[in-house]
Amino acid sequence: MCSAKALLEVSGVGKRFGGLAALSEVSLTVQAGEIYGLIGPNGAGKTTLFNCLTGLYDLSEGQIRLAGEAIQGLKPHAIVQRGFARTFQNIRLFANMTALENVMVGRHPRTRAGILGSVLRTAAERREEAAIREAAHFWLERVGLNAKARSLAGHLPYGAQRRLEIARALATEPRILALDEPVAGMNPSERRDMADLFLRLRHDHQLTLLLIEHDVKLVMGLCDRVAVLDYGRKIAEGSPASVQRDPAVIKAYLGGHAA
Amino acid sequence: MDIFAQQIVNGLVLGSIYALVALGYTMVYGILELINFAHGEVTMVGALIALAVIGALLGVAPDLPGILAVIAGALVAIPACMLLGYTIERVAYRPLRQAPRLAPLITAIGVSIILQNVAMLIWGRQYIAFPPILPQATFQIAGAQVSALQIFIVLLSGVAMAGLWFMVQRTRLGRAMRACGESRETASLMGIDVNRIISTAFIIGSALAAIAGLMVSAYYGLAHYYMGFMLGLKAFSAAVLGGIGNLGGAVLGGLLLGVIEALGAGYIGDITGGFLGSHYQDVFAFLVLIAVLVFRPSGLLGERVAQRA
Amino acid sequence: MISALRARPRLNLALLAILLALLPFIAGELIGQSGVRMLDFALLYVLLALGLNLVVGYAGLLDLGYIAFYALGAYFYAWLASPHFGLHLPFWMILPMGTLFAAAFGLLLGAPTLRLRGDYLAIVTLGFGEIIRIFMNNLNAPVNITNGPQGMDLIDPIQIAGVGFTGTHELFGLTLPATYLYYYLFLALTLVAILVAYRLQDSRIGRAWSALREDEVAATAMGINTRNLKLLAFAMGATFGGLAGGLFAAFQGFISPESFNLMESILILCMIVLGGMGHIPGVIVGAVLLTILPEALRYLGDLQRATLGEVIVDTANLRMLIFGLALVLMMLYRPAGLWPSRQRQRELTAKGEVAIHEQESLADVQR
Repeated sequence: MCSAKALLEVSGVGKRFGGLAALSEVSLTVQAGEIYGLIGPNGAGKTTLFNCLTGLYDLSEGQIRLAGEAIQGLKPHAIVQRGFARTFQNIRLFANMTALENVMVGRHPRTRAGILGSVLRTAAERREEAAIREAAHFWLERVGLNAKARSLAGHLPYGAQRRLEIARALATEPRILALDEPVAGMNPSERRDMADLFLRLRHDHQLTLLLIEHDVKLVMGLCDRVAVLDYGRKIAEGSPASVQRDPAVIKAYLGGHAA
Repeated sequence: MDIFAQQIVNGLVLGSIYALVALGYTMVYGILELINFAHGEVTMVGALIALAVIGALLGVAPDLPGILAVIAGALVAIPACMLLGYTIERVAYRPLRQAPRLAPLITAIGVSIILQNVAMLIWGRQYIAFPPILPQATFQIAGAQVSALQIFIVLLSGVAMAGLWFMVQRTRLGRAMRACGESRETASLMGIDVNRIISTAFIIGSALAAIAGLMVSAYYGLAHYYMGFMLGLKAFSAAVLGGIGNLGGAVLGGLLLGVIEALGAGYIGDITGGFLGSHYQDVFAFLVLIAVLVFRPSGLLGERVAQRA
Repeated sequence: MISALRARPRLNLALLAILLALLPFIAGELIGQSGVRMLDFALLYVLLALGLNLVVGYAGLLDLGYIAFYALGAYFYAWLASPHFGLHLPFWMILPMGTLFAAAFGLLLGAPTLRLRGDYLAIVTLGFGEIIRIFMNNLNAPVNITNGPQGMDLIDPIQIAGVGFTGTHELFGLTLPATYLYYYLFLALTLVAILVAYRLQDSRIGRAWSALREDEVAATAMGINTRNLKLLAFAMGATFGGLAGGLFAAFQGFISPESFNLMESILILCMIVLGGMGHIPGVIVGAVLLTILPEALRYLGDLQRATLGEVIVDTANLRMLIFGLALVLMMLYRPAGLWPSRQRQRELTAKGEVAIHEQESLADVQR
């Protein structure tokens, strides 16, 4: 399944907040078509790394390449444009817009209508609007939410909000999708459903997934490779099985749930 | 007379007044991240109340020494403004603390307009003259003419700022304020009554504003229901220049803005070959504000977060 | 065109059209010329309120210097169609150029400030409004550009197909004073503006504005260039302001810096806050209400004179006092306005979740 093509190359990335080094010398490579897991204790720097990758934080040092192109220093919207989408740990939907509208917003970087087209309602603009709507329904269907298209995002139950956020990110047509704790707070059966969804997405859309997750069982079952962060450093990388046996990892979790 | 030295002196005097008002903006912003638009109007109310008291006293006792009348005016204006500041926060801001950001900004503008118009109802549209009761002596210092009033303004501002600094750095209340500036949630978990601290910030800021209002009206010799608007805008620019949320920054920004304005007004005619004259003085504060926002949004002392109150 | 009527029979729309067509005659009959003038001003304010609503209601940017764009449009018109520079260009050339002129200033002001937090924008725009006024007041020497505080007069009226909008005309057997002609012109342009506002709202751009207002970080993570979109909202708002300004100059024949003070900006903000931010019918109602209210207050002045023998509370004063109170009370008790859109109602009354979310988003943007 994994072609040997590097899609995302992170080399020597560091991020400091004042005197505090939240990340230092993190390097990793994600192959196209992989499901790559990122684990580590709380405060290990996983979300910080996500924020660096997606342009929300400026790097203090290092390089990030997406399909060979350097993307560090780009604005977040430019990174999305290049095919790198994400979700947030603390779900950030547009709560007062409907589910459908949320996903329609996701089409923004792949569509073009400007002020003039919108005001004149040109034929091209109407076609594009129809296509946006259709695509939004398609992605809602993919995550199993089409029945809720007209509901306000803020009124959806928790699990549906997680799925909606994924649909919205998918609508931007990413090559790689970064998911920040997508199954947090879900029960085991919901978790299994999500894992199935991820596998289907990879299979149907040649999607590469980068996954932050605390649920070690899920990570081990789902991911092709895993990196472990601790105190802002990568302490291990490899297949789930090898990482699980790594003494440094066991020490980091201090006999916690990964051991 | 050395024009340059003279403008520096004038700038520092005006700047110390800006600094007092800027402290009020920055204290509130440091804790609430809210721009208290109505703060400029508090200085106006302070000035007008003080003037009313002074006028009434001189009406009853024309031989009263000027200094005493001014002190009496301040003693009424300061508590009145403290009460006003407290009330504004309770009525217009506190109920909206959880609301979207646009809401308190809009009420703040509403409060400004209400204060201006109430002042207009009470004191009318005309300029109210500050009676010539203060000593008129002037001194020659380093080529500049310095009046007793100017010296007094700088000294009094210095004392007020030192008092504030002492309170913030050395007292329990100050420590609580700094804690709220770091994180309101954590502070409340530590048993700090956050609402009380916020009220205190408004009260102290308003007291400083009352003093500043009195100084401005004494300095320019008049007061007016609309005087708070420009003063507020400039003091806010000063707070941003110094780094909003930072007390030292407000003082530095105030002094600097005063000097920039004075030098700008003094030399703009020469620089532009007479095209623009000194009536563009009010434009400088605004240009400084934009320049800071573009090139250094955190202000001059912006990063020293630990110092904010 | 007006969504409340969209679902109802065409009859309603026809009745509304007839009412709008007859309105100046009704007002002329009941109140006289001043009534028709009031209608003209109401339409200008609707234009302004619709423009500011794009900025505040859609994109969520508080612009407190909006009147500056109105001023720029008005002065631009006066420069090109008055004896001041001896230029007398036709209105159909000046108005489009004037709107672009205002939009260019919108970009100029917005570019450095829009990447900053919303409350800074409020202050900067407030300052900008004042600066423009200071310049209008003082640019009469050494080169007389604005004629200073006296303002500029003898501005050309609008002229369409040889009919100058001045004096009285006999058209189709009707006697039409210029105020009536302006009414129909303003009405036509207002209807176009309403259409534009609706189309923007229901477009890709409008959705992106909503997203931006709801959660800036999430919007940027959806590939939205937040800075450009804010600039676009700002420039679009300025366009409406510039157009209204040009119309105002032609209609009034005279402009001075006095007409463009901060209180006018506040007045327009009041209109959209009162009517319902982000909701076009609400904004229109707000604008009309607040144009008529001061006239109603004039009767209060007369009443005071009749009952008390003198005017104790100046009505202009009273008007501003009421506006100030309205801003505070509306935000405290009815933040979504008198006639809110469904979405904004949810949003502005939302406590807890959404607001906390918003605070976090701002903390993130600050970095």
